[in-house]
Amino acid sequence: MPRKHIKAILKLMPYLKNKMLIDKSLTELASGLINKEFSSEEIVKECFDKIEKINSKLNAFTTVLDKDEVIKKAREKDNKRTENNNSLYGLPFIIKDSYNTRGFPTTVASNVLKNYISPYDATVYSRILNAGAILIAKTNMDAWGHGASSENNDYGPVRNPWDTSRVAGGSSGGNAAAISSRMTTFGIGEDTGGSIRNPSSWCNITGLKVTYGRTSRYGCVPYVSSFDTMGPMAKSAEDCALILQTMAGQDPLDATSSPKAVPDYSKNLQNRISGLVLGMPKECYAKGLDPEIKSSIEKAAEQFQQLGVKIKEISIPLLDYGVAVYYLIGTSETSSNLARYDAVRYGQDRSNFTKETIRRIMLGTYALSAGYYDAYYRKAQKGRTLFIKEYNKALSECDAILMPVEPMVATKIGELINDPIQNMLADIYTCQTPTGLPSLALPCGFNQSGMPIGMQLIGKMFTEEKLLNIGHQYQQMTDWHKRKPPLIEK
Amino acid sequence: MASWNSLEVLKLLIISSMKNQKAITKDQVKHLAKLANLKLTDKELEKLLPQFTSVVDFVSKVQSLNTKNIPETSQVTGLENIFREDLIDKNRMFTQDEALSNAKKTYKGYFEVDAIFEE
Amino acid sequence: MVNKYIPIIGLEIHVELKTVSKMFCGCKNDPFGAQQPNIYTCPVCLGLPGALPVPNRKAVEWCLKMGLALNCQIPLFSKFDRKNYFYPDLPKGYQISQYDQPFAVKGSLVIPSAVEGSLRLNRSSNKLRDSSASPQNDESIGITRVHLEEDTGKLLHAEIAGKKVTLIDFNRSGVPLIEIVTEPEIRSSEQARNFLKKLHQIIRYLGISDADMEKGSMRLEPNISVLSNDQRPTTKDQLPPYKVEIKNINSFSFAKKAIDYEIDRQIEILESGKIPLQETRGWDEKKQITFSQRSKEEAQDYRYFPEPDIPPIRWTPEDIKRLKNLIPELPDKKVDRFIKDYQLSKEDSLRITEKKEIADYFDQVVKFKKIPPKTVANWIINKKVDIAKVSPQDLIKLISAKTQTAVISEKELEVVIDKVITANPKPVADYQSGKQTALMFLVGQVMRHTQGQANPHTTRQILKKKIK
Repeated sequence: MPRKHIKAILKLMPYLKNKMLIDKSLTELASGLINKEFSSEEIVKECFDKIEKINSKLNAFTTVLDKDEVIKKAREKDNKRTENNNSLYGLPFIIKDSYNTRGFPTTVASNVLKNYISPYDATVYSRILNAGAILIAKTNMDAWGHGASSENNDYGPVRNPWDTSRVAGGSSGGNAAAISSRMTTFGIGEDTGGSIRNPSSWCNITGLKVTYGRTSRYGCVPYVSSFDTMGPMAKSAEDCALILQTMAGQDPLDATSSPKAVPDYSKNLQNRISGLVLGMPKECYAKGLDPEIKSSIEKAAEQFQQLGVKIKEISIPLLDYGVAVYYLIGTSETSSNLARYDAVRYGQDRSNFTKETIRRIMLGTYALSAGYYDAYYRKAQKGRTLFIKEYNKALSECDAILMPVEPMVATKIGELINDPIQNMLADIYTCQTPTGLPSLALPCGFNQSGMPIGMQLIGKMFTEEKLLNIGHQYQQMTDWHKRKPPLIEK
Repeated sequence: MASWNSLEVLKLLIISSMKNQKAITKDQVKHLAKLANLKLTDKELEKLLPQFTSVVDFVSKVQSLNTKNIPETSQVTGLENIFREDLIDKNRMFTQDEALSNAKKTYKGYFEVDAIFEE
Repeated sequence: MVNKYIPIIGLEIHVELKTVSKMFCGCKNDPFGAQQPNIYTCPVCLGLPGALPVPNRKAVEWCLKMGLALNCQIPLFSKFDRKNYFYPDLPKGYQISQYDQPFAVKGSLVIPSAVEGSLRLNRSSNKLRDSSASPQNDESIGITRVHLEEDTGKLLHAEIAGKKVTLIDFNRSGVPLIEIVTEPEIRSSEQARNFLKKLHQIIRYLGISDADMEKGSMRLEPNISVLSNDQRPTTKDQLPPYKVEIKNINSFSFAKKAIDYEIDRQIEILESGKIPLQETRGWDEKKQITFSQRSKEEAQDYRYFPEPDIPPIRWTPEDIKRLKNLIPELPDKKVDRFIKDYQLSKEDSLRITEKKEIADYFDQVVKFKKIPPKTVANWIINKKVDIAKVSPQDLIKLISAKTQTAVISEKELEVVIDKVITANPKPVADYQSGKQTALMFLVGQVMRHTQGQANPHTTRQILKKKIK
């Protein structure tokens, strides 16, 4: 090679090297840090570089931590690094603004919690911090978890990095937008009725809704106490496995957290998946589903078949009742969970709730009120039992259910938030959360306008390992999850 | 636009299967707002009513589920008898300052609110 | 005389448990002893966003013990529920309580019957009878339920710079609270007071609470209505068409006064042909009246639903047996045992068993078998032994010593007797003219002069001989 070419390449190397850091998987980052190929400081600087360049277009954050403070922390990590560190040591992460983080604001993107600085830490957040990761921002969301588009808030909508005239999805929209546009290495989100999976599928990232009780809810502002799950969001299933390893496990401060042992989620990612059965519910692939999404998932099914997986048609006859059951129980619990915001010990007046949140509180109050309790709340809890039976039956015929995440790609800003029914219907495929079942959302293609399409794998309780394995195998043979929004290449 | 159409289709299909529109009155909504400690003006209540009614109609769909002899599920963990021992958890206890740190009005260690008259 | 009106009284009692930590968190449980407000709080009891409750095992077990001590059935499945309402002393905007599946149900408490003047409704015949006809019968009051919940914070009314404000202290928020609800079977204020006293005694026996009404660790809310005898119920479940709840009662004696006042107030209204309003009223200690607080007609809709943050509780029969064995011997059984085994009178037994510490002390002293039980009882009752300072062995020594030096020689006794005879001519004359009581008086005088050391029997014999 001519010397001047070599010189040119050598000159470009740092630029190329830097440009590629956040694209690396968490495992690659961990080993690169140990081998001193690069430092936490460099990764953090890359994040802030992106944040400064792009975030004004996306509005992914409610609070960005002070850059100098974060770099200082990164330096500390670089200096103290040992071989025995957790894989997340020294990696910058973001967390949904529903998690209590001592010393930094926790607003749930609502004016009701404006200026609230929590005096305590959420358990899951503590665990990630104890592993050595570095918080760089709290992310924008649908306030209180009430939404599927991150528009229902007092901070402005989170825009989709793939098309900023569209929403990023919700309610963990800020997470998805930031990870997709490489502003961070991973994020901690929360899924109650699709809040991790929806934005993941609309922003082309991977998100895991865990089994209810797999991760501790202590310290995360609740939306629906008996549905809420805390989960990882990242660029791949492999990354999610790593993050989940640190998050999962019983917490004495959360009486609903599971005592079930935490397996090694990364160990069996490489297992072959031939012989496994994926069920595709016919009701999901009929009316109402965007045909481009349908064909993407069908293509994915073909790819699974190439790996030796069997595809089977199954049925979820009650699918159409899911949203009603979910909303009745969900709004009932949220109406109670939001009762503590009386501006006495913290927070602002209740008149600061948005219209969407007010509607949900009212619906929940109605469903629980005297004379209506039996017909609404109690009826919905019976419906919940029916759904558990139905999904159990479906899962007795397959190892996981392959379903769309959303019936359409990311909506235009204003579409969902201004139509309450449409807004609710966006949860049609993700509202099986009353059953507690886990689900992994994966990128599986793009539509003709270049908008991301996602699919989800729903498993039996506590089968995160299997779902991550299937997801990882799919991501070995496809590269949808590696694609980056054109916005950041400029 | 493809995305809009599919949602519209879904919506129409579901609404067409909804039964009688239940008439929710403004008084009902007023009562609910009171129960929920939400101070809504008359105007706000009027604006809320139609959307609230349609949402209630939408979720009323559950009534047509056959739940005969089906028990309710309140929790999916299957857990029972989860307790903590009767010990003081010093690590979690707040100092007075921490407890008051986010309040708008405090007075000599107390939280302060406008007078509440019990009569 | 059979009255025209029958008071129908049910009691709702709240008891603060004296566990070390609170009901759903590890904060210190000492609201009354806290030197400052808001020093025993944490995310849970302060109701911070995202905090979660975890139930205190000991509090749950103590609630079961309370239920068992009240002869309740313990359902094998139980859970917590949310009771939703707004008040500044309720940090979460809901109270974690129990609604339809409480820890204990359908119990009873036997109390001594009230004295004359009170009425009992014979439930089988629906006839009224004056209980003074059978004053010694005990009455069994039904216990509807015993459940567990958390206490609220405390409100203080104050004026700062001319402005009226309310101050809130959350030290008490989250303290475990047992709620005991009786059937509306109480018929008089005296019965109510007897019930409270008995309940208080049992709580102290169990050691689960100080149950101090003045400090607020035991609170009472009677529900009172009055049935006209003309509207004699046709079924035993038929109750008057209203009831009035009374709040702010801070002692047993105020309880009796408040109930009496309220019964009279209601009777007056009924006499005028009207029906008293269903409402909540407060007791005013100073004015000694009840006053209207809020109309219970517009009853709060608490929208109870199962608490999603706390898994339910399931007992095995072995669990319940184990807890039952942990209950100490309760007052009624103890009284029976003292009467049977120690031949104490009922009155003495009741006195000795008033407080468990004293009863236990008594048992310990008697166990040594050195002093007759009756003597020990007399000493404890009459000489008010400080059981904290005097150990059982010390007491035995004390009593033995005293009874030994109680040997006074016959000669010395005769001298005293002669002195007494000389000093009391009238009683002597009275005895000689047939008044037996005069002899007792003279014996008493001898006892007095010998500091009780004389043998009363011997004294009596000698006196009789001398003044025959």
